[in-house]
Amino acid sequence: MKQPMLRMLGVSSAISLLAVTAVHAEDPVDLTIVSWGGAYTESQVRAYHDPYTAVKDHITIINDDGSANALAGLRSQSMAGNVTWDLVDMLPSDAQLACDEGIIMPIDADEMLAPAPDGTPASEDFLPGSLGECFIPQIVYSTVVTYNTEMFPANNQPGSIDDFFNTEDFPGRRAIQDRPAGNLEWALFADGVAPDDIYDVLATPEGVDRAFAKLDTIKDNLVFWTEGAQSPQLLADQEVAFSTGYNGRIFNAAQVEGQPFEIIWDGQIVEWDGWVIPYGPNQEEVLEYVYWATDTQRLADQAKYISYGPARASSAPLVSEHADLGIDMRPHMPTNPQNYETPIVLDNDFWTDYGDELRERFSNWMLRG
Amino acid sequence: MTQSDGTHSGSDAGHMVNGQMVTVDGTPLKASLKRAERKRTLIAFLLVAPLLTYLLISFIFPIGQMMWRSVDNPQVVTTLPKTLEALDDWDGEGLPDEPVFEALAEELAIASANRTVGQLAVRLNYEISAARGALMRTSRSVEDFEPPYKEDFLDAHRLWNDPAFYRIIKREGNPLTASYYIAAFDGTYNEDGEVVLQDENRRIYIDLFIRTFAMSLGITLITLLLGFPISFLMASLPMRHANLLMIFVLLPFWTSLLVRTTSWIVLLQQQGVINELLIALGFIGDDGRLGMIYNMTGTIIAMTHILLPFMVLPLYSVMKTIPPSYVRAAKSLGATPWTAFWRVYVPQTLPGIGAGAVLVFIISIGYYITPALVGGQSGQMISNLIAHHMQTSLNWGLAAALGSVLLISVLILYWVYNRLVGADSLKLG
Amino acid sequence: MENENPGEVFVAFDRVQKSYDGEELVVKDLNLAISKGEFLTMLGPSGSGKTTCLMMLAGFETATYGDILLDGQAINNIPPHKRGIGMVFQNYALFPHMTIGENLSFPLEVRGMDKSEREAKVMNALAMVQMEAFAGRRPAQLSGGQQQRVALARALVFEPELVLMDEPLGALDKNLREHMQYEIKHLHEKLGITVVYVTHDQTEALTMSDRIAVFDDGRIQQLASPADLYERPENAFVAQFIGENNRMQGEVESIEGDFAQVRLDDGSMVKALKVCVSEVGDKTTLSLRPERALVVKGDAQYANMFDATVKELIYLGDHIRSRVSVCGRDDFIMKVPNSSDHHSMRVGQSVRIGWSEHDCRALDAT
Repeated sequence: MKQPMLRMLGVSSAISLLAVTAVHAEDPVDLTIVSWGGAYTESQVRAYHDPYTAVKDHITIINDDGSANALAGLRSQSMAGNVTWDLVDMLPSDAQLACDEGIIMPIDADEMLAPAPDGTPASEDFLPGSLGECFIPQIVYSTVVTYNTEMFPANNQPGSIDDFFNTEDFPGRRAIQDRPAGNLEWALFADGVAPDDIYDVLATPEGVDRAFAKLDTIKDNLVFWTEGAQSPQLLADQEVAFSTGYNGRIFNAAQVEGQPFEIIWDGQIVEWDGWVIPYGPNQEEVLEYVYWATDTQRLADQAKYISYGPARASSAPLVSEHADLGIDMRPHMPTNPQNYETPIVLDNDFWTDYGDELRERFSNWMLRG
Repeated sequence: MTQSDGTHSGSDAGHMVNGQMVTVDGTPLKASLKRAERKRTLIAFLLVAPLLTYLLISFIFPIGQMMWRSVDNPQVVTTLPKTLEALDDWDGEGLPDEPVFEALAEELAIASANRTVGQLAVRLNYEISAARGALMRTSRSVEDFEPPYKEDFLDAHRLWNDPAFYRIIKREGNPLTASYYIAAFDGTYNEDGEVVLQDENRRIYIDLFIRTFAMSLGITLITLLLGFPISFLMASLPMRHANLLMIFVLLPFWTSLLVRTTSWIVLLQQQGVINELLIALGFIGDDGRLGMIYNMTGTIIAMTHILLPFMVLPLYSVMKTIPPSYVRAAKSLGATPWTAFWRVYVPQTLPGIGAGAVLVFIISIGYYITPALVGGQSGQMISNLIAHHMQTSLNWGLAAALGSVLLISVLILYWVYNRLVGADSLKLG
Repeated sequence: MENENPGEVFVAFDRVQKSYDGEELVVKDLNLAISKGEFLTMLGPSGSGKTTCLMMLAGFETATYGDILLDGQAINNIPPHKRGIGMVFQNYALFPHMTIGENLSFPLEVRGMDKSEREAKVMNALAMVQMEAFAGRRPAQLSGGQQQRVALARALVFEPELVLMDEPLGALDKNLREHMQYEIKHLHEKLGITVVYVTHDQTEALTMSDRIAVFDDGRIQQLASPADLYERPENAFVAQFIGENNRMQGEVESIEGDFAQVRLDDGSMVKALKVCVSEVGDKTTLSLRPERALVVKGDAQYANMFDATVKELIYLGDHIRSRVSVCGRDDFIMKVPNSSDHHSMRVGQSVRIGWSEHDCRALDAT
């Protein structure tokens, strides 16, 4: 808490100086906001940052594409006692870890976040289960299976997770991410487990064996990706026929770049993504920004630039057309009822508990190629 | 001595005083020499001081810290001291008694308030799955627990019913731990607390170490096979042509990694230039496209490309110093060109081969970016897992243990090399 | 060639030319016959083509034109390792990774000789150069002179009939070099081998050779025995290159039989042996060895007698090297024997000097 104190002193002495000349101006502030880069950061810049700094001209926002390693970054910054990040975009599971370690700020939703336009408090307006102890959700994104329509005859296009696991009728290589989360769920789902039962089954050793046995059936056709940008690339190069991937990136490749991709919404894996607030140097300004950037209109605005669903119930009706393409964004939202028939909601508690063990086994399984 | 004094007579260069050599002004010669030497030592030290400081800060200290982190284990000891004391009286069979739970309740409440329980939970989760869930869930409600605490704990999470959990807490209640190293060698503790190998389907690291070493060896051999002829050519060509060739060899140094990676992808992928060419020439059918990227082949191709200069430069610099008269002498003595090359030329390039091989091998062992980009799964090396534990799983203890194992094996290899070939024969150019 | 060759011809260069770049000849129309058992030295300044000739003979360079014959056989297309020619290199080229014994054993090994025979021959060859004790050492552990002996032994161990030596003593200090010169000469005499020796050191050439081929500008300027070469140089280059000489430029005034009257640049007339001049009016360089110019004592008479002024005296023990001014030049050198009357000479003193018309040679103008 030393630093804000010093800053306060600095600010007050600056003000007393300015008082002499009787000019009122706020100290310029740089906010470092960490996010995922690429199309995602772009959507935040256009929906949040630009409109905000247009009003608040003493604020400058610096974008840092460090979200992929956000937890490691937060840990080392707080360990070194030099927190330079003001606001960080991260996944709820990592947010929970950081929160438990006390390196990010706990959130009092109704205090710190704007209510819905109709007065519903924030804690009720955000979708159920999305707010965390230290986590403010912005979007719902999903991991989906996508295929390149040119790799299959027009009369035999795949349409379900079952088809993804059916190499006989739908030949070709498949790309999946090089970690167990998502892949094991799909394996069980394709093996006939109902979405609601998946994590109960996966918590038993037999369930894990069953999931790996199912993955074994397509192993010879598998390619693995690590970074989100790889999956549309692999599909576009026709290196693979199917790839799992983030629906926003697939949307961009298909709609903006015109790639022949089709999303299979069956068994989409749904997760939140949102803000956490480290104990950075500009807390007052950050809280002000967060209050504004997570209100109903702002969350709906982000959906103009990327096909991720807003995390507030009150934002859903405001989702409209893509800002540049002019197409209706609603059919492309993971939360669109037509897409949301058989979702699997990612269970972060499960993955924090069993993640280490399953990651080891998954790595072993991959490396045994 | 008297004899030598005699030669100095007439000059005051040296005297004997009480059996000791002294200088002109009577200071003992030894002390005077020491003073002169001390100044030299000091200057020498000042000259290297900036580098020494730099190395200390950027190299030695971080390595020391890494090795320390691989055994450092403060979480349980600092968070649960009373619980550990209470667990001393527990025989390890069945569930512990009430005093343990009383201490646990007290210390978890404190840890929860301090927000230190998270680190404890993460640490214990490395040892047993679901430990994180158990500790986090319990710590949120521990304020409301009432004596006797045992029942509240058993209700709070299923893991509290497992004696193994308490054995792990007790075992890890030591400021130093071997468990990261045990994990780095695919080991684990069994029910009786003995170290055994992991279940077969969870073993990764030993295989990966072996694969890393095998791939590095392969890359070293390929760079040698490719680098030897080109170095030989460069060493025998006139300077102007040799420089041009050298530029081609050094090209990978001057190209950014992204450009290189992109070009490999363009060349090597299934729809890539090489596959199309092979199909056009009729060597392979359209269904027989070769997988040359996103697998081990991709890693080997790319790393060979990058590391070739590290083989060529020492080879070239050694070959440049071998006069042509040796091979001529061998031929004049009746050796065929091959015998002259193999028995006379090659042995003299050994210092270069040694230096190049050691460089390439050691760099390959630690390589990380290229395999990550073009290696797919089968082309991953141990460094990629270290990076994974540093950045994704955030198990820094395990990452440090794996890194230390890698460091130590490189040192052992270097020692073996030194015994076999001799480090003084290394020629780096 | 005016010298008749004793014995049969063993090595022959027949109209050999060599060019590296297709534009310039480094060896121009070389004809040379070397007899069996001869010690022939190729002497010349660097770049004169002598080493190129040796390398062509060894097989490391190919002749651009012409034939090289060994024992009557053209060897142009035989690779070096099949020529069976021993060679000693400038820097010895002892294989540093092998012991002395292994170095010597190498040529026998590649000839498929069995081990016991090899060992006997190696020890024999080492004994020849008094290096038996060093068989187990590495080349780097030997001194330069020792390495030189080993290189010699290695070139001889497989009993070649022809041994080539490329400035083998160049890296040794003066004393050692002189010692090795005799040693090589004795080995040559003892073994009866043919030696082709390359050097730029005229003393070395004079000491060791049966015949010397003086190279310059890609040609043999003169091929003769050491004595002939010194006494009777055939052109100005040879005269200057071998030993010391006083050179005086002039023009032929008249010719009488074997002699020519030459007018020097300052007008004085000198009678000299007619070597390279044929007509009156030819430009010429007169060559006179310093030891053949004498201080005229008493009433001694010479064909050429001039008044000279002593400019400088250097005491060299056996003789006094005197620089005098004569015939309009300041750099005329005389070697005055250190006889009891030497102290009669003083700097600045005038002396009368003279020389025989047989000792002064009228060579080509340079």
